[in-house]
Amino acid sequence: MQSLLVVAQNTFRETVRDKILYNLVFFALLLIGASVLLGTLTIGEHSRIINDVGLAAINLVGVIMAIFVGIGLVSKEIERRTIYTILARPITRTQFVLGKYFGLVFIGGLNIAIMFAMFLSTIWLSGNAIFGSLFQAVQLMWVEVLLVTALAMFFSTFSSPTLSAIMTLGFYVIGHLTGDLKAIAEKTKNPATESIMTALYYVCPNLEWLNVKGQAATGVPVSGDYQVAATAYGLLYAGLLLLGACRIFERRDF
Amino acid sequence: MDAIVIDRLTKTHRPTWPWQQPATVLRDVSMSVGRGEIFGFLGPNGAGKTTTMKIVLGLMRPTSGSVQLLGRPVQDADIHKQIGYLPESPYFYDYLTAEEFLAFYGRLGGVTKTSLQQRIPALLERVGLTEARCRPLRKFSKGMLQRIGLAQALIHDPELVILDEPMSGLDPVGRKDVRDIILSLRDQGKTVFFSTHIISDVEMICDRVGILAKGTMLAVGRIEDLVSRHATQSVEVVCEGVIASSIPLVKEAAIRVLQRGSRCWMSLPGQQKLEDVLAAIRQAGGKLVSVIPHKGTLEELFLEQTNQGV
Repeated sequence: MQSLLVVAQNTFRETVRDKILYNLVFFALLLIGASVLLGTLTIGEHSRIINDVGLAAINLVGVIMAIFVGIGLVSKEIERRTIYTILARPITRTQFVLGKYFGLVFIGGLNIAIMFAMFLSTIWLSGNAIFGSLFQAVQLMWVEVLLVTALAMFFSTFSSPTLSAIMTLGFYVIGHLTGDLKAIAEKTKNPATESIMTALYYVCPNLEWLNVKGQAATGVPVSGDYQVAATAYGLLYAGLLLLGACRIFERRDF
Repeated sequence: MDAIVIDRLTKTHRPTWPWQQPATVLRDVSMSVGRGEIFGFLGPNGAGKTTTMKIVLGLMRPTSGSVQLLGRPVQDADIHKQIGYLPESPYFYDYLTAEEFLAFYGRLGGVTKTSLQQRIPALLERVGLTEARCRPLRKFSKGMLQRIGLAQALIHDPELVILDEPMSGLDPVGRKDVRDIILSLRDQGKTVFFSTHIISDVEMICDRVGILAKGTMLAVGRIEDLVSRHATQSVEVVCEGVIASSIPLVKEAAIRVLQRGSRCWMSLPGQQKLEDVLAAIRQAGGKLVSVIPHKGTLEELFLEQTNQGV
């Protein structure tokens, strides 16, 4: 357990020293810019626009960080051969993968928390109401980041960083279009297309279940049951991906 | 109980594509490293030294054969508490300072924070990096990285130290420092298993050596035993007052004869005809100046073995 924590802590330190958190500056500028600009352009719906932009920006920045830092963390260790000295220590490969994952997840969470705090401050300063549904939306975004980070780590355990990025992005995009996949499978008359679309529907994560931004921006709360079920789904999917990543990593030669 | 026991190790890399041939990089390699000894693992580039070391450390799985470290299978994660490893041309986390770097590896090795507070300054001093303790590794030269790499291999005070080309990239002073550290490890009862292709380093410090070429173990043993068993020994004879090439026996027995005025130098392939040659020189009125048996060197053995192996 100590080895896992040491790796997680080092991953956190690596990400901080790689200046990944500079994205927060970009986020702050985007948020302030949007608040000032859209506030002057729109009449009446100022609150909803700020909420929409803020939630979308938190989601985008969180996911981009999860994908690009996630694919780099394990593959960089292999490319630079730092993994040799790590695995020569009393640490199992599973502990290494999980340590890397938790380190990244922790910084991802911190990133989202800071962005959310900045977002709430902007709402407060602009004199709008802070809805409880915003907290629900951000909590599900956090679950999405956990899932996408697990996807990135899963692919990076057996493929190159470029291929991992393409596959993770592909799964992320398809994950938000699973409803369309199902609709195509139901409407098509081609059995092959139906099989492929159905398979993709079941294999790809349904990330739309974790997307309640539209509803949250207008202040409509998500039901507690839905929140728990969506969270459980995301965590289960991420857990299965991590299990796969660990199994693959255990079998690899370095 | 030996520190390392390698038993009939074979490694074949599976091809990436079906039309490619599998590549066998190790063939039935067996050897052992005794506790408390310095073992030099010699071989030309591409011989399979690093592959062997990776299998010994559990970084790679053998196709067949087994490895035991300190009496336990290599798959046992706990045994790695007793192992220190320095890879070839190491690259480390360059965003860490030297102290942070050693603390990270120490904690991974199960060393307590209190012990680390004592061990880190001591090790930094031992490898000559006290001045650079707060400097990030990205500002280290190649030689400094090699030194800090050696320190990380020793931070948890391991029983068995495995070093892959530890002298590469070091200047003569650095190489001597590394040799001294390896010798001091033996004085503390530690086992050192290191690979190199620099023969002089092996001759100076190793108790035993193994020679690997093209994935096959060609020789294992004490340097003196291997050299006397395999390498050609010659005898150098110097005499005066005689034209040695005019003596029929000398012409027949010597590999090479050089005449400089009245002094003659000759090289005989062994001691078999030495007495007869000396008697013939005396009989021809010559005076013997010196007889020097020329012992084979590890370099000759290495070249002989690797040429045969290749």
